[in-house]
Amino acid sequence: MTGKEIPIKAGLKTRRIDVGYLARVEGEGALMVDVVDGELKDVQLKIFEPPRFFEAFLQGRELTEAPDITARICGICPVAYMMSAVHAMEDMLGIRPEEGIRRLRRLLYCGEWIESHVLHIYMLHAPDFLGFDDAITMAREHPDVVKRGLRMKKAGNDIVKLLGGREIHPINVRVGGFYKIPEVATFTALLDELKWARDAAAETVLWTAGLHFPDMHRDYEFVALRHDSDYPFSEGRIVSSRGLDIAMAQYPSHFSERQVPHSNALHSVRKPDNTPYFVGPMARYNLNRDRLSSATRKLACEVGFDRTIDNAFESIVVRALEVFQAFDEAIELIENMVVPARAAEVVPAGGGVGMAATEAPRGLLFHRYEVGDDGLITLANIVPPTSQNQLTIEQDLHDLVAANLDLSQSELTALCEQAIRNYDPCISCATHFLKLQLRHG
Amino acid sequence: MAMPAQPRLAVFKFASCDGCQLSLLDCEDELLSISERVDIVHFPEASRRMLKGPYDIALVEGSITTAHDRERLTEIREQSRFLICIGACATAGGLQAMRNFTDVGDYARAVYPHPEYLSTLETSTPIADHVAVDYELRGCPVDKYQLLEVVLAFATGRRPQIARESVCMECKARGNVCVLVAQGQQCLGPITQAGCGALCPAYARGCYGCFGVKEQAQVGLLIDHLRARHGMTLDQARRSLRAYNPAAEPLQIIALECDEEGAAAGSAGSGGHDG
Repeated sequence: MTGKEIPIKAGLKTRRIDVGYLARVEGEGALMVDVVDGELKDVQLKIFEPPRFFEAFLQGRELTEAPDITARICGICPVAYMMSAVHAMEDMLGIRPEEGIRRLRRLLYCGEWIESHVLHIYMLHAPDFLGFDDAITMAREHPDVVKRGLRMKKAGNDIVKLLGGREIHPINVRVGGFYKIPEVATFTALLDELKWARDAAAETVLWTAGLHFPDMHRDYEFVALRHDSDYPFSEGRIVSSRGLDIAMAQYPSHFSERQVPHSNALHSVRKPDNTPYFVGPMARYNLNRDRLSSATRKLACEVGFDRTIDNAFESIVVRALEVFQAFDEAIELIENMVVPARAAEVVPAGGGVGMAATEAPRGLLFHRYEVGDDGLITLANIVPPTSQNQLTIEQDLHDLVAANLDLSQSELTALCEQAIRNYDPCISCATHFLKLQLRHG
Repeated sequence: MAMPAQPRLAVFKFASCDGCQLSLLDCEDELLSISERVDIVHFPEASRRMLKGPYDIALVEGSITTAHDRERLTEIREQSRFLICIGACATAGGLQAMRNFTDVGDYARAVYPHPEYLSTLETSTPIADHVAVDYELRGCPVDKYQLLEVVLAFATGRRPQIARESVCMECKARGNVCVLVAQGQQCLGPITQAGCGALCPAYARGCYGCFGVKEQAQVGLLIDHLRARHGMTLDQARRSLRAYNPAAEPLQIIALECDEEGAAAGSAGSGGHDG
């Protein structure tokens, strides 16, 4: 939707950008920018998605219910929610699944990253770069590109469907492992299509690297998981580009949620100085380039991305590189499949405190649970990636608007929307703790 | 009045996870041909183009949890020739309807430091509690092929072919071993509407009822059976009834009976949210 211009005075010196309903993001949000006398006064990313109170109704549920319940926070990245809950409970109960289970979990993550990233690259973000309202309109001029994206997305979804039972809110994930391990032959049957898709992902990297990126370089603190040997999904330490290096369980000591006066939204910030930080594909990539497969690193070199990326508009290329990486790893996991001896470890009785952080497609996702001896959850805390990025998004918008005041209203509005979509914000996820008064455009 | 050759389709969202409308974008093989069959004029998750009504077909995802959303729904109803509810939130309140059985203030205080800023209703309610609806498609999430069937049926002016039988029928058709009878697992399949393809039993777990209760289901009988034969406790019974489709009336009735039984036995309250 185009921004409404509400002229306070004539000319470009004083104006307001008011996008009452942000398109091509998951969930309901709005953008408000105020410029007075040529000076940027206020930027607000507003969230009016109604709260759903997940952390409250998790109280009193059995710990084994948490994966299926938290999946429903987000229809786009349910696997990340399920797996954060699973890892938190396993952390609490001392469950250590065998290598075969670990590898299948990585495969499931590959599937979700692919479907989520490809959706964003082709259907939500690329239309911004190429000036279309949506992928369907884009398909009229670039049919082969859109068809390639849809087929890649399906290849990712097919992994989730096979291992999870269905693409959205999978049913085969449980604390301790899976309910059932599908036959090896059903995985190998995916290989031909996955190999096509890996080639298509390489083409996607080249295609996205050729887009025009608005110039915006900022000094971010990137935060992501880092694992001893693998590109991070659900294991490792939490590290940052400014030297943070902590165990997952230390997360609450280094990050907090802060109320911002200009809006009613809570923003996640770094302690102790309440500074913004950046989670998501760019953070993972910048902190873990040495953990990519050799094929992914080679591809990154070809497009000049063997460097720290500090322009969030280039995140579309980073997502494409992660898609390639995910296809590459999925193929390896299937070709060298380790069949688990059993589908799941036994879940012992008891409770305690459990924490886990995983890398959802949009970035670090933290879960913390307290569970009584009867196995019922007494406290749940979930910090989704979009909440953590919200302050950074607003600061991006601030710098971007200040530097582009000479653009027309529609151009500036489109640029702001594109900048928000750099983060693939998932507002449905963020709203069990974000809140804002209703202000429809 | 006949449907136009290319009906105008709109997608609207209330309190939800976006998963049901995402099902439309998950129709990777069919999406481009769907967009030729219907004119998708309002689908904010997918497009900046948001045209005003009237609409021939409105797909509505999510439940009503704020006064503002209630007003917005009334406007959508006025603009829409056929209003179709998709998913557990729109048809049975969704998970967020667990609040209906407690004090929503407790929920707000559990999640938000300043609950006074929230504008939320006491309840999460299905769309049909507020406006007339023309069709309800079940599931958490909906099945994308069922969604396609419903959209194409309305676009061509025929009745959707959606089975109203129980998950058990799909389970038998699929040749699954019965997880309830043969394996003694707690399974809600006998009272749950088909549509998922008996997915959970196919993956060796009991159905947890995400497609909602089927018509004329014997909810009380199944719960009695699971408690007598399969080790389901009273609290587990309440939790399984108040989960993904908690505002569905047949489930509410039996859940309330469980509450009363718990109160009579002096053991109410151990179920947490519903205590």
